[in-house]
Amino acid sequence: MASITLPNPGMPVASRAVQATTERPWVRWSLIAVAVTFLGLFLFLPLAIVFSSALEKGFSVYLAALREPDAMAAIKLTLIAAGISVPLNMIFGIAAAWAIGKFDFIGKSLLVTLIDLPFSVSPVVSGLIYVLIFGLQGLMGPWLAAHDIKIIFAVPGIVLATMFVTFPFVARELIPLVEAQGTEEEEAALTLGASGWQTFRRVTLPNIKWGLLYGVILCNARAMGEFGAVSVVSGHIRGRTNTMPLHIEILYNEYQFAPAFAVASLLALLALATLLAKTIVEWKARQQSRGSERLSGEVYEH
Amino acid sequence: MKLQLKQKSILPGFGLALGFTVLYLSLLVLIPLSATFLKASSLSWEQFWHIASSHRAVASYKLSFGASGIAATINLFFGLIVAWVLVRYNFPGKRLFDSLVDLPFALPTAVAGIALTTIYSPNGWIGRFLAPLGIQPVYSRLGVVIALTFTGLPFVVRTVQPVLEDLDKEMEEAAASLGANRWQTITRVLFPAVMPAALTGFSMAFARAVGEYGSVVFISGNMPMKTEITPLLIITKLEQYDYAGATAIAVVMLVSSFTLLLTINLLQAWSGGRLKRAHASELPETAEFEAAS
Repeated sequence: MASITLPNPGMPVASRAVQATTERPWVRWSLIAVAVTFLGLFLFLPLAIVFSSALEKGFSVYLAALREPDAMAAIKLTLIAAGISVPLNMIFGIAAAWAIGKFDFIGKSLLVTLIDLPFSVSPVVSGLIYVLIFGLQGLMGPWLAAHDIKIIFAVPGIVLATMFVTFPFVARELIPLVEAQGTEEEEAALTLGASGWQTFRRVTLPNIKWGLLYGVILCNARAMGEFGAVSVVSGHIRGRTNTMPLHIEILYNEYQFAPAFAVASLLALLALATLLAKTIVEWKARQQSRGSERLSGEVYEH
Repeated sequence: MKLQLKQKSILPGFGLALGFTVLYLSLLVLIPLSATFLKASSLSWEQFWHIASSHRAVASYKLSFGASGIAATINLFFGLIVAWVLVRYNFPGKRLFDSLVDLPFALPTAVAGIALTTIYSPNGWIGRFLAPLGIQPVYSRLGVVIALTFTGLPFVVRTVQPVLEDLDKEMEEAAASLGANRWQTITRVLFPAVMPAALTGFSMAFARAVGEYGSVVFISGNMPMKTEITPLLIITKLEQYDYAGATAIAVVMLVSSFTLLLTINLLQAWSGGRLKRAHASELPETAEFEAAS
C-alpha cells in the first residue's frame, strides 16, 4: 500500500485524499476475506480432498491403485493421445500464427474466429461429430466396416476427439504474440541474406518461445484431462480404450473411492505443475519483454 | 496465392502456412462440424422439432441455461471482488491465490467432479454442515450450480484483472479532487471502465458452463426432467443408439454456442475499443511531457 505513505497522514485534507482513492481498512480486509474464502472453498478444498482421499487408506493402497494393469493401460493410452495430439496441434499453431500474424489477407478475422470454434463447442458434441462420421451409423461407417477399420470405440477416435478439443490452444497463444512482434526483425534478417527457414529459427522462434511453451503446456493439460469428448468416442472398454479420466469415472461409480482419487491425484499433480509452469513462463516472458524494451530504448538514445 | 488476396510482403511461406492451416482446420473441425448439420438435415423439420422441443429436452435446456446463468452471475460478483483484491491490495499468500485462479482450466473436469461430489456429500467436509440445515447439494440442482461455478471461476477474474491493472490511478485522484467520495468514484469511474471486460468474462463463463459435462455428471445425479443437463441428454440418447435424437439436440447446442460466441466477440470488440480509446487519451499527455523535458 504505497499510496498511503503520505507525508503527513494526520492532516485532515491528506486523510480525506487517502479515503478518496483507497478504502478504509475494515472494507479492505473484509473484501480480502470474501475473496480468500471464495477461492478457498472453490479451489483449495477440491485440491485438498483429492490428495487426502487418495491417501486415506494408506500409501500402499495408493501405489497398488496406480500399479493395477487397467490403471497402467489407462495411463499409457492418455500418454499416447496427448503424445500425438499435442505435437500436431503445435505444428498447426505455429503455421497459423505465421500466416495470420505476419501477413494481411482477406478473411483473416473469419479464420481467427473459426480457429476458436472448438472452444465454444460442448465436449460431448465434439465427440459426437466424430461418431456421426466414423461410427457404424455414420457417413463413412459402412465403408470403414467393409474395410475393417475401427475408429470409434478405438484408439484413433480417442486421438481425434482429443485433437479437436485441444485444437486452438497453441494457435491462440501464438497469434497475438506474433502479431505484436511485427515483421521488421524478419525483414532485416532476410535482407541480410538469411533463408526463410533460418529467419524463422533464429529470429521468430526465440521471440515466441515462451508463448509457445505456455501454449503447449495448456494444450497438454487439456489433452490428458479431457473427459466429455473422449467419453463419447471411447466405448469404455477396460484396459483398452479407457483414458485416465474415464478410468477414474469407472472406479468412482464402483465405489472404489481411494483408487479413483489415487488416479485423480496424478492428474491433479499435472494441473499443479501446469499452473507452476504458467507462473514461471509469465515471469520469463515479462523479463524478456522488459529486456527488449530496454534494448530498444538504448537504440533510440544513440 | 498470387491473387490480390494479401498485401505484398517479402516474408516467405505464406502459401504453405495458410494452406496447412486451412487444410488442418477443415479436416479436423469444419468438415466434422458440418457433418452434424448434414446428418440433422436427414430429419424432417417436424421430426427435428418433435425431438428438440420434447418435455425432457426442454427441461434439460432450462436446467443447463438456468444453472449456467446463476453460476456465471456468482462468478461475476465474486470475480470482480477477487480481481479487485488481487490488483489493489497486498496480503499474505496473494501470489499463490493469483496462480491458483486458473486451476479450473488446468484440473481435468472428471477430477473436479468427484472432488466436489465428495466435499458436498452428506458426510463430506462441507456437506455435513449443510445436511442438518436440510440443504442437500449432491444429486440436486444446487450441485449443478456448484460444479458450474467452479468451471467458470477464472473467466471474470482473468478478463477484469488486466483492465484494472491498466487503469490510471490519476482518474480516481481526479474524481476525488473534484469532490467525489470513494463510493461515487467506484460506481461512476471504475465500474464503467471495468464493465465491458466483466460482461465478456460473464458470457465466457456462461458459454463454458452450458457445454460443461465432466464436472457436473458426478454431482448432479442425472435424473431425467430434474437434474439432467443437455450434454448428458445427448450421451443418454447415444447410449440408446438414438443417433437422430442425439444429433437434433446437438444442433440446438451448436446453434446456441455459436450465438454465444458471436456475442462474446462483439463484447470483446466493445471492451477492446474502450481500452484503445483510454490509451489514445493518454498519448497527448506523454507527448507534452516529452516536449517539456
